[in-house]
Amino acid sequence: MLDDFFLRALLAGTGLALTTGPLGCFVVWRRMAYFGDTIAHSALLGVALSLLLEVNLLVSVFGVAVAVSLLLLLLQKRQALSADALLGILSHSTLAIGLVMVAFMSWVRIDLIAFLFGDILAVTPADIALIWGGGLVVLAALVVLWRPLIASTVSADIAEAEGLKPERARLLFMLLMALVIAIAMKIVGIMLITALLIIPAATARRFSSAPEGMAILSSVIGVIAVVGGLFGSLTYDTPSGPSIVVAALVLFIFSLLPFGSNNLAEQGTTSGGRS
Amino acid sequence: MLMQTTALERQKGDELVTLAGAGIRRSGRWLVRGVDLSIHRGEIVTLIGPNGAGKSTTAKMAIGVLRADEGKVERKGDLKIGYVPQKLAIDWTMPLSVRRLMRLTGKLDDVALMAALTDVGIPHLADAEVRHLSGGEFQRALLARAIARNPDLLVLDEPVQGVDFAGESALYELIRTIRNKTGCGILLISHDLHMVMADTDTVICLNGHVCCRGTPEAVSRSDDYRRLFGNVGGGLAVYSHHHDHTHLPDGRVQHKDGSVTDHCHPDDGHHHDGHDHDGHAHEGHHHHATHGHADGKGHSHA
Repeated sequence: MLDDFFLRALLAGTGLALTTGPLGCFVVWRRMAYFGDTIAHSALLGVALSLLLEVNLLVSVFGVAVAVSLLLLLLQKRQALSADALLGILSHSTLAIGLVMVAFMSWVRIDLIAFLFGDILAVTPADIALIWGGGLVVLAALVVLWRPLIASTVSADIAEAEGLKPERARLLFMLLMALVIAIAMKIVGIMLITALLIIPAATARRFSSAPEGMAILSSVIGVIAVVGGLFGSLTYDTPSGPSIVVAALVLFIFSLLPFGSNNLAEQGTTSGGRS
Repeated sequence: MLMQTTALERQKGDELVTLAGAGIRRSGRWLVRGVDLSIHRGEIVTLIGPNGAGKSTTAKMAIGVLRADEGKVERKGDLKIGYVPQKLAIDWTMPLSVRRLMRLTGKLDDVALMAALTDVGIPHLADAEVRHLSGGEFQRALLARAIARNPDLLVLDEPVQGVDFAGESALYELIRTIRNKTGCGILLISHDLHMVMADTDTVICLNGHVCCRGTPEAVSRSDDYRRLFGNVGGGLAVYSHHHDHTHLPDGRVQHKDGSVTDHCHPDDGHHHDGHDHDGHAHEGHHHHATHGHADGKGHSHA
């Protein structure tokens, strides 16, 4: 039987997957996987600050994510270190500072594992409203920004020369990433958010012939992974985040096999459920 | 003399882009400096120069991709630009057909799309994936995309790289046809002056600064020039006949009087006053009249 909490988890997870699909395509196209990781890791600092300053968790996580994005842009402009090294520094230092801060706050007890790997039980109706509301905002913004984003992904110079303002699109895209990561934290956890961005998009690549198609298919694949992963999590009492990622990985592996795209969905669901 | 007539008829106020003393500085070094140029409606301006001369930088400055660190860049209001960059690396993870590429920065109906692809000779590749194109086919697709926009200013950074020899002249022919048909201005970057000679109104030779400029018309008709080109070959020949300085391998400049400076810019402490040109191919000098140095920052040929 499906319990209430499970229905909530399904609703939250599918809402999230619909959003991470198109966003994840850009992460893959623009080679921003490590950036996504960095933002996700900084979320723990956001959690710690939220506890310390007693502000709303989402606001705090989003704020830290935006601050880290801007700091990265600033440091990149100085060109003293490669983006790669800068991301490594920001990623792990924000995570470490977050962990240290939480350890210092002996007066609060938090379930660190739930933040790191996600927790189905933690999903409340308010979370669902947030995920769907936030998701719709992100998707609407992507629709509006679609042409500048695609154009600047192909060539920032062409986009700039032909008046599409790629810098602005890039900045807004970073904000969207920060927002999605803030709302995704409860479902898949800090450590695994990037997987939900990248793996469905990478899976969709093989079956797509246009960026638009890849974005939509990536959402569909994400939803299948979420449903499969959550069923697996329920059946085997495994943490929700890792289960969803394993389901997504199974789909990805299937996409590498020489099958047609028609039977992919079916096989994926079954395999995801068994994970 | 058709080109020259066109040049004379060019009205003031017809400028699409004007650069005045414009320069770009990166990590304490001037990539290019003191550039004065303007592109008029219906004019083809060609930038030539060796690697690292600042050709692409100058083009990017003209279209606003790079902001000038000194000097002024003025573009006509709501100027529509079509740009073919020198380098373009598309991540293979993005599925992109030629058809989709054509609509990269704006809407385009199928008729105009196919017409542009037909113009550049690749109508059969409309639905091909961009990553499967050869270098020359990709350049053609990029050119088609830029012209399909029907721009006021077409900026082409080595547009025929990788295109076979026969295709090359056909594409230059096409570029000229577009100019004649639409009256757009064209900024062309090429390392092969010989190839673009016939299609160009103004040649600007860059090497960190404007070395020389002028209409290539008279130049291309002169026997001396032909001989010079035949001997040396390629665009480099154009430098060998009117320079008062030598660019050293380390990027510094040795001037006629033997002094060495970091740059040719007047601010670098060297002034070009009263020197002659021994050591150059003097028999070719009568065409110098066509290279005007109006700005005073160039090099007079006393």
